[in-house]
Amino acid sequence: MSKEKFIILESTCIPLPVENVDTDQIIPARFLTATTRQGFGENLFRDWRYLKDGISVNNTFILNNPSFSGKILVTGKNFGCGSSREHAVWAIYDYGFRVVISSFFADIFMNNAINNGLLPVRIPEQNLQNLIHLVQKDPQTNVRVNLEAQTLEIPATGEIIGFEINRFKKECLINGFNDIDYLINARNKIVEYEAKKGLTA
Amino acid sequence: MKAKTLFDKIWDDHVVYSIEDGPDILYIDQHYIHEVTSPQAFNGLEERGIPVFRPSRTLATADHNIPTKDQHLPIKDELSRLQVEKLTENCRKHNIRLFGLNHPDNGIVHVIGPELGFTKPGMTIVCGDSHTSTHGAFGTIAFGIGTSEVEMVLASQCLLQTKPMTMRITVNGDLNKGVTSKDIIMYIIAKLSSGGATGYFVEYCGNTIEKLSMEARMTICNMSIEMGARGGLIAPDNITFEYLKEHSKKVKQSDWESTVQQWKNLKSDAGVKFKREISITASEIKPMITFGTNPGMAIPVDGFIPGSGEMDDKGGDASFIKSLDYMGFKPGEQISGHTVDYVFLGSCTNGRIEDFRAFASIVKGRQKAPGITALLVPGSKKVEEQVKKEGLLKILNNAGFELRQPGCSSCLAMNEDKIPAGKYAVSTSNRNFEGRQGPGARTLLASPLTAAAAAITGKITNPVELMNN
Ligand code: SF4
Repeated sequence: MSKEKFIILESTCIPLPVENVDTDQIIPARFLTATTRQGFGENLFRDWRYLKDGISVNNTFILNNPSFSGKILVTGKNFGCGSSREHAVWAIYDYGFRVVISSFFADIFMNNAINNGLLPVRIPEQNLQNLIHLVQKDPQTNVRVNLEAQTLEIPATGEIIGFEINRFKKECLINGFNDIDYLINARNKIVEYEAKKGLTA
Repeated sequence: MKAKTLFDKIWDDHVVYSIEDGPDILYIDQHYIHEVTSPQAFNGLEERGIPVFRPSRTLATADHNIPTKDQHLPIKDELSRLQVEKLTENCRKHNIRLFGLNHPDNGIVHVIGPELGFTKPGMTIVCGDSHTSTHGAFGTIAFGIGTSEVEMVLASQCLLQTKPMTMRITVNGDLNKGVTSKDIIMYIIAKLSSGGATGYFVEYCGNTIEKLSMEARMTICNMSIEMGARGGLIAPDNITFEYLKEHSKKVKQSDWESTVQQWKNLKSDAGVKFKREISITASEIKPMITFGTNPGMAIPVDGFIPGSGEMDDKGGDASFIKSLDYMGFKPGEQISGHTVDYVFLGSCTNGRIEDFRAFASIVKGRQKAPGITALLVPGSKKVEEQVKKEGLLKILNNAGFELRQPGCSSCLAMNEDKIPAGKYAVSTSNRNFEGRQGPGARTLLASPLTAAAAAITGKITNPVELMNN
């Protein structure tokens, strides 16, 4: 997937204060039959967006609330747990999100996100709760994500929250590089390793 | 030399190169693929115009979306059929061994890998499926990956990975009657919560674990991911070697002794420090069942659903109440005695021969409850054959059950094996997320014994009650 370079993003947010959101909720298994990466956004949070009949729109769900929009999803801890399906990240990205903010992410989701140019931002639980309340109260609240500086700025309150990211991964995101490019370029080292270990190809 | 954990030994042995301030290039010995998470990876290779780097190190099976009835007929769902066809085409094009639909060795990827002797101690193993952790039962570093990473392994046989932290969970003592390895791991997950081991790789130790069969160990490692761990592993021992001797066609008999000698070094050094240590007394564990919508929400079958506020670290109050609402349960109520509609025996957690033996031991000489729909799905063709060979099929049939054909089936309900909205299913699989077994389905995770007890009584029942007579 060709990735957009990521440096600074400023946007309003969509709050989803649910904990342990698993990838089965993000994209239910019955929508995994595609053989391409496109079009998953349509089924993002499918069973929460629609009522039990599967057709009527669930007006109480945040994505169906016209007051909220933006490229940043703010959500409860342990986001993206469960299945390793990368389709979850494709769905979130395809829907239009570029950043997910939570107090912690499941490991595989985190890797999948970065590999697709979606930035997972981990902030302390208290900051997260404050941000959720702020956004719920005023859907126009802007958040500025500065990957270079590794900060999240909330102009309305003047708050600046730092976040951690692996330096290598950060550079990949900023430059729009993929791990796969790196690995393909490292093939000589890989062949050397195989020879050293006596591994047959 | 510095003392090392088993995990560190295997990891360090597979580091091709360490990037300064960054991840390691980790060599992958064995790669498993299936129809659902691989097509986009092959597309990626094609777009780059590069071949599969080491085709002999990847094995493929069709398992996730296939029907479990009439497998000889074309798959009815068009998209699923196309996905399976795509896998066949990709394997042919790239020279990858495929144990596809109707192949005599077909089955769930994490069941056939060990069963066919491909999973071996000391290996690094990955697959585009989070329950790849299953293979850790053989003393391997095995973990689930996303499709971009599947593409990386196809392209380079390597991944860029940051080394996780290590945790040791020690279980000692004798198990109570009716308690299986599924109950052990459910107990552990309930204790740690569904995110409690995020960032860790877990080694399971202790004399309780040492006594378990390979099948039982696989169940434990399988569910490591349900507490957020990247994977889990168990040091190989004589039980492991016996299993491998029976299943591994690839080790030459003459090399067997020296190979086993090497495998015997695969253990954590005495005195090594783990980042986190947890110790569990086996006698505390009772047959377990989940009552909520993540695997951390589990209690003993004879226990009570917690009140709100009692589970703070397992999901805040709002999430807890939402979860109980979905399940149709009330805080504080007793779980046993609740009506059950469906029973699912199968999946890479509990779809092996021992699980069918356990299920059969309870239903033998009894009758299926009239209100129960049972889906009994073997994990592989080999398991299916064995169920017939051992006479278990007869026991199941006499009790009013039928056997389906192998596949992931109702574990993720990509095929027709869906639990209808609002219905309760006691399932031996690994996830009770909302809608996991079909939109609106209510899943109660449990062991094969507890599933069998529900199938006979039509209610959530402590299996011990059916074991006394
Ligand atoms: S049985 Fe379930 S958990 Fe196991 S591989 Fe299949 S879908 Fe994944």
